[in-house]
Amino acid sequence: MRWDWVRDHGDDILAATRQHVELTLLAVAIGLVLSFPLGLAARRWRRAEGPILGFTGALFTIPSLALFGLLVPFTGLSRTTAEIGLVGYTLLILVRNIVAGLDGVPDDVREAAQGMGYRPLGLLLRVELPLALPVIVAGIRIATVTTIGLVTVTGLIGQGGLGAFIIEGINRDFRTPLVVGSVCSIALALIADVTLAGATRLLAPWTRDHTS
Amino acid sequence: MSLPAEVIEWFTTSEHWRGDFGVPHRLTEHALMSTAAVLAAVIIGLPLGIWLGHRGRGGALAINLTNVGRAVPSLAILALTQQAIGLRGWPGFGARPAFVALVALAVPPLVTNAYVGMRGVDRDVVEAARGMGMTGGELLWRVEVPIALPLILAGLRTASVQVVATATLAAVTAWGGLGRFIVDGFGQQDDAQIVAGALLVGLLALVTELGLAAVQRRVVSEGLRAQHAPVDDALAAA
Repeated sequence: MRWDWVRDHGDDILAATRQHVELTLLAVAIGLVLSFPLGLAARRWRRAEGPILGFTGALFTIPSLALFGLLVPFTGLSRTTAEIGLVGYTLLILVRNIVAGLDGVPDDVREAAQGMGYRPLGLLLRVELPLALPVIVAGIRIATVTTIGLVTVTGLIGQGGLGAFIIEGINRDFRTPLVVGSVCSIALALIADVTLAGATRLLAPWTRDHTS
Repeated sequence: MSLPAEVIEWFTTSEHWRGDFGVPHRLTEHALMSTAAVLAAVIIGLPLGIWLGHRGRGGALAINLTNVGRAVPSLAILALTQQAIGLRGWPGFGARPAFVALVALAVPPLVTNAYVGMRGVDRDVVEAARGMGMTGGELLWRVEVPIALPLILAGLRTASVQVVATATLAAVTAWGGLGRFIVDGFGQQDDAQIVAGALLVGLLALVTELGLAAVQRRVVSEGLRAQHAPVDDALAAA
């Protein structure tokens, strides 16, 4: 490790970390906006569930480098290419957990709410979603941590945040930026994981005893 | 010439199908490396996960292994093993570090899924089997493992798809495989080569996923087929 390199590149490391966080937050946010209607559709029309999970599953299966490779000829070495790929990978995780979370709401609770006069929208927003929250947030957690790891790959198309250091380290056979990029990315992922776990406990205090 | 036409031309150029840089050699390389890495990971990870689940111990370890594994970018594992092993002057530049990195990535989902599957076996079933006079070994092989099989195989699927994906990335750190076409295509700004490589890799990943899903359907006992995999089973991407 060359600590002088780390000292000299303090500002670059901060800027890369910021870019890494921005790419991740944007991808998870867009992923959530797309996943909610998909998840609700899969649940409302059971016939749509297979195709929706099949499509997002196939997207998830395609290796990141291949997906970026397919996008680059069309959207170039751009932030758009990176985000399309990153958003694509969040969909399966988010949709699956939204469906599973809503499915997990006990029928008794739903019937009781209907008996109290809740209409479908009120039932969804005020009863089902709050109860499904722990499972949905668990999905957001997995999606966020996965995305933080995938952002390092977008470094190959010039949009990598901390991944740029890893790639610089590989190309120059220089260990310091490689370790800096890896350690900062792992640290970001762990911080995101712990923060979202904490958020679950705050938002759904009744899960405190039995979910992690 | 339009891109689709260029891609078709790339696939129909005979020199792309010959020699050490041709599709057949790269595909074989990719498939052999992935199979070897998954096998090694199965040998290490399955006994560990099954044993921990059977004894009901080390749950925190078995579960968190996947969480921690997910936090480590696969590109970082590849690059770091490259550095660590490369420095010791091992021969086989590229292939050996890539193999070690792939095994390291494949072990966590195998351990976690096997553990969760074993713990998910209904305690009443275990009690009943014991009441019937089954020994520890019989209980393990004839009751617990068959019931845990759907999740064990789900772990194998996750691990395999992840290994195929990450083996592609190994082209960035000096190894061969199908990722070579994509990485070299980026380097030479050759869109046709990038797309051709991406199609081959995507196809291999989908075949792996669908093939293992078919195996899973055939091997799993009929009485267990209706069950859905739990929400928190190990998902991973590379």
